[in-house]
Amino acid sequence: MPYDIDAVRDFDPRRFREESPFKIHGGCGLMGICDESGSLMGGEIAIRALAIQHDRGNGLGGGFAGYGIYPEFADHFCFHMMYADTAARQNAEEVLGRFFAVDLAEPMPTRAVKGIDDAPLLWRYFLRPDADKLHAGDESAEDFVVHAVMLINGTVDGAFVASSGKNMGAFKGVGYPEEIAHYYRLEEYSAHTWVGHNRFPTNTPGWWGGAHPFTLLDWSIVHNGEISSYGINSRYLEAFGYKCTLGTDTEVAAYLFDLMLRRHKLPLELACKALASPLWTEIDRMPEDEQALLRSLRAVYGPGMLNGPFAIVLGFNGGMVALNDRIKLRPLVAARTGSVLMVASEESAIRAVMPEPDRVWMPKAGEPTIARVSGMDWPIHGDLHLSPSALSCAVTGTEFSCAEETVEVS
Amino acid sequence: MKQVMDPTVPQVGYLKIEPPVAREGDTATIDAKNIYYRQLNEAVRRAYADGAKKVVLENVNGQRYIGNGITGKDLKIEVRGTAGNDMAMFMNGPTVEVFGNAQDGVSNTMNAGTVIVHGDAGDVLGYGMRGGRVFIKGDVGYRVGIHMKAYEGLVPAMVCGGKARDFFGEYMAGGMLVLLGMNSQFEGPLVGGYLGTGMHGGVIYVRGEVEPWQTGKEVGVFEASAEDMAELKPVLEEYCAAQGMDLAEVLSVPFTKLVPVSHRPYGKLYAYT
Amino acid sequence: MPQTLIQPEFKVDIDYDKCHKCGRCVQQCGWGVYAFNERPLPDDAKCRACHRCVTYCPAHCITIKKNDLAMKTNDNWSDAARKSIWKQAETGGVLLTGMGNDKPYQSIFDHLVLDACQVTNPSIDPLREPMELRTYLGRKPDSVSVESDGDGGYRLAEGAGMTNNVELATPIIFSPMSYGSVSLNVHKSLAMAATRLGTLMNTGEGGLHADLYPYAGNVIVQVASGRFGVDPEYLNRGAAIEIKVGQGAKPGIGGHLPGEKIDRQVSSTRMIPQGTDAISPAPHHDIYSIEDLRQLIYSLKEASGYKPVGVKIAAVHNVAAIASGIVRAGADYVYLDGFRGGTGAAPQVIRDNIGIPVEIAVAVVDQRLRDEGIRNQASIIAAGSIRSSADVAKAIALGADVVAIGSATLMALGCHMCQGCHTGCCSWGLTTQKPELTRRVDPEWGAERLVNLVSAWSHEVQEILGALGVNAVESLRGSRERLRAIGLDEQTCRILGVKPAGM
Repeated sequence: MPYDIDAVRDFDPRRFREESPFKIHGGCGLMGICDESGSLMGGEIAIRALAIQHDRGNGLGGGFAGYGIYPEFADHFCFHMMYADTAARQNAEEVLGRFFAVDLAEPMPTRAVKGIDDAPLLWRYFLRPDADKLHAGDESAEDFVVHAVMLINGTVDGAFVASSGKNMGAFKGVGYPEEIAHYYRLEEYSAHTWVGHNRFPTNTPGWWGGAHPFTLLDWSIVHNGEISSYGINSRYLEAFGYKCTLGTDTEVAAYLFDLMLRRHKLPLELACKALASPLWTEIDRMPEDEQALLRSLRAVYGPGMLNGPFAIVLGFNGGMVALNDRIKLRPLVAARTGSVLMVASEESAIRAVMPEPDRVWMPKAGEPTIARVSGMDWPIHGDLHLSPSALSCAVTGTEFSCAEETVEVS
Repeated sequence: MKQVMDPTVPQVGYLKIEPPVAREGDTATIDAKNIYYRQLNEAVRRAYADGAKKVVLENVNGQRYIGNGITGKDLKIEVRGTAGNDMAMFMNGPTVEVFGNAQDGVSNTMNAGTVIVHGDAGDVLGYGMRGGRVFIKGDVGYRVGIHMKAYEGLVPAMVCGGKARDFFGEYMAGGMLVLLGMNSQFEGPLVGGYLGTGMHGGVIYVRGEVEPWQTGKEVGVFEASAEDMAELKPVLEEYCAAQGMDLAEVLSVPFTKLVPVSHRPYGKLYAYT
Repeated sequence: MPQTLIQPEFKVDIDYDKCHKCGRCVQQCGWGVYAFNERPLPDDAKCRACHRCVTYCPAHCITIKKNDLAMKTNDNWSDAARKSIWKQAETGGVLLTGMGNDKPYQSIFDHLVLDACQVTNPSIDPLREPMELRTYLGRKPDSVSVESDGDGGYRLAEGAGMTNNVELATPIIFSPMSYGSVSLNVHKSLAMAATRLGTLMNTGEGGLHADLYPYAGNVIVQVASGRFGVDPEYLNRGAAIEIKVGQGAKPGIGGHLPGEKIDRQVSSTRMIPQGTDAISPAPHHDIYSIEDLRQLIYSLKEASGYKPVGVKIAAVHNVAAIASGIVRAGADYVYLDGFRGGTGAAPQVIRDNIGIPVEIAVAVVDQRLRDEGIRNQASIIAAGSIRSSADVAKAIALGADVVAIGSATLMALGCHMCQGCHTGCCSWGLTTQKPELTRRVDPEWGAERLVNLVSAWSHEVQEILGALGVNAVESLRGSRERLRAIGLDEQTCRILGVKPAGM
């Protein structure tokens, strides 16, 4: 195992300034677009979709994730890194060197943007897991990557992994999304799938790493709304070993997807039905087989049901899925033009990108809207085997999430 | 994608600048393209102050609050594009006609006037609406006509030509709510569950039948009588005229009438201490 | 020498100017308070302040007052302590009492407050919008496995999914009270109400009377150490089976229904001869350890075609570990009875000094089962003085799946908490087998009152859920983030997993 759990334990968790023992409240605007043919779309699409939803945020967070943006390094894991200073970069690079062959390391291309003056140092790395070390253990490449993320987030003061998937990257920070995009020169990237987020938090996140989307490996999550069941959702996850230290709904949603899709191997459609369960009266009207399935699903995953208003977009290399709460308390509009599927909080965001789509519709509450990129693999988690606590630790890098032993539930 | 994307939309969202206005007779035409709602709505109010009776808004896309709070019976607004949230909120008299879809919250707490949408409308349409007409051509979202009410001479009417999702007519306290189920891209039944839940006034007409699971426990379901149809027909005539639809076709299917079974559905719920 | 040093607790005051001299009070009183000689003559010493006579007096001329005979104030030697000593000096007996612990221990429920939504997320209208209380009692798998249905959809994989759960329309059930300790009419009222409400009544340890068979689908049949009325038919009739290990009012001790209460009906229901004492041993003599419990649980499952089997225990110090063992032994639910739970009869010293509050028990058991990753494997039932819908909601927020109410149901049927259940003289006809008293409860009337009570509480729980912005009870269950403590010490807060108000 190439990471040092004692070092993680000794780490001061307060570095992660968004870490919170409390529920963090907020509203938002969001977008997701996917060309199911795999063709690439310029980043200006994502920018326009969120810029027109400017008033849904308050300038305290914006971010994007793009998939297919690094075709020349398609098989490399790409780390987008945030550093407080050069020392942090050197320390993190030392860790990266222990895990990976670094084929390219460079500062993220940025440009000066008025109003953004607190950006960390932003670097990106194209990495191949060190073959000797990888093959010495019984870990998959994905496990190996998560361990590296965990070690950096947990032990390297001032360093944070903003994204760590293949052929994708997260671009996020504190500001309005169009400012953040401008800063990152997002229009210079092309992706088959974009997700984006415009944040309206009621607290004051001080740190770029805390902006959304929430990412790990390939997956990224953006979320609008406020989950009133956060208390039991987080306790439910904790029983499986996840540690919900960020206090955000997005973190909880990410772990619930991990639990249901990766660990319990539920199909995506059913995971969505568990997160936004049909009402009992609807279940009672279903055909018998479906009733039995949905009744079990709801009774078993009841503590994981996201109750309260939400709209969520989960992005990954094979596509994206958008989902609403079960009585549609948050807006979500979908549209299709040819092979391109788009979702957003408002129709205007869609029309800012595609003025005359083939079709615009309002997805039904609790019914997932799914885009699949043809020729790309599902499931979305790759060859990952790590425990929930290791995942939580990788995401937050805090003592609380790394130190405790976890209970393995098969 | 590149070919369908509109290259003229700026990447910074709306611009906070005054929109170009062209005046011809009593009509002012405003190009709303990329204009922030505040400047846009200011231009509309200014046009009326300058004596215009009709304002045409071109290239609207998501600007909020169009027609918000405007009083004046003979004023008109024509919206070309997608109308943003809270259109015609608190509106008192004017006619707003949308050539496109409308987003969420149209006619919120509207007092008087007419809203015609030649497309779909989103969630929470007509919340607390107290008077006037709302004519939607296509589908509507969740919680439509929620807490519509009537007060003395003010009796609102809303006709939705497509299908509706759950909570249609929730808490309805007065006025008339009509659902036709004709111009729809929704799959499934013409209305979701909780139809008229909490209804304690007014009337809902549905073109076709509703099943027991669809209705809230506070409503009674009846076949519309000849008397009911006499009440409904003038509203449908107005609707068909506004939407260019054939009245005979609309009337070719029997209507179902839903009315509250009690004006105080929760009278027995409480025990006074 | 005086016959007793103990002066009456109450004074029965009759306004003879108003009195009709009708003798209704004489007839109504189960305690023999009244003699009649041209007018009713009360013996204060026998009065238990049950208010039966007051309720039925057509002239409204009876007032029951506290006997304000002064005793020298002594905060250490309370009046009750002094009277107990006199009683035991006179009799040499173990003090026996009924209902639950009445000592002024801190009520944790009364120091917990619930949350509500404001702005950042919406509250939900519970009257018009869906507000789901449906609850499944029993073991659930940790995950759901599915297979393709060959048509683009999915179905449950063979043997996967939830089985053998009891569907409840509301998370409020009736707690076990045996036929024998309460009357058959009380049992009928409970069974009829449970059926109409879509919830459960519980036989207690005294068997299931034939009159209740039509309602058996809404009955938990209990198996206690005395095994009264237990046969294969009984086990197969109920919706679920419950092994009673202990009771909050008297943890660790058995029971004793005196022979005079064993009339023909009780005798046939309990399957013991008429007039013999019905003795429940302190332990089950086939459970001396946890592996024996497992053996009994599976024996009951084998005999009943694998109905859900739950285990009821009194909340005691080590309740978390015990509950974990019970779940691992195969129980489908764990019933936690707090130290304020009621009883038909218990030694006062036991009732008032043994056990822990149900709030603590639920909190530590729920947490322990989560820590061990077995929370889905069993439901938790909380009982032991659930006094209101607020207690219901708080118990659920602490981690209970379901609450059980006993004392509250008796109060719905007329009980005034006079704590005389053990006497068999209940004037309200509840905890007695005297035919002239039991006929006072009309099961139809009783069922209606119980349906009213549970419906009202369920509505109130829905109101609470709505304020919390959730529309299904599973989103409150275990959601301690929605609770805050006022005036609880830090250690108790930590044990409860609840933050103090303001945090």
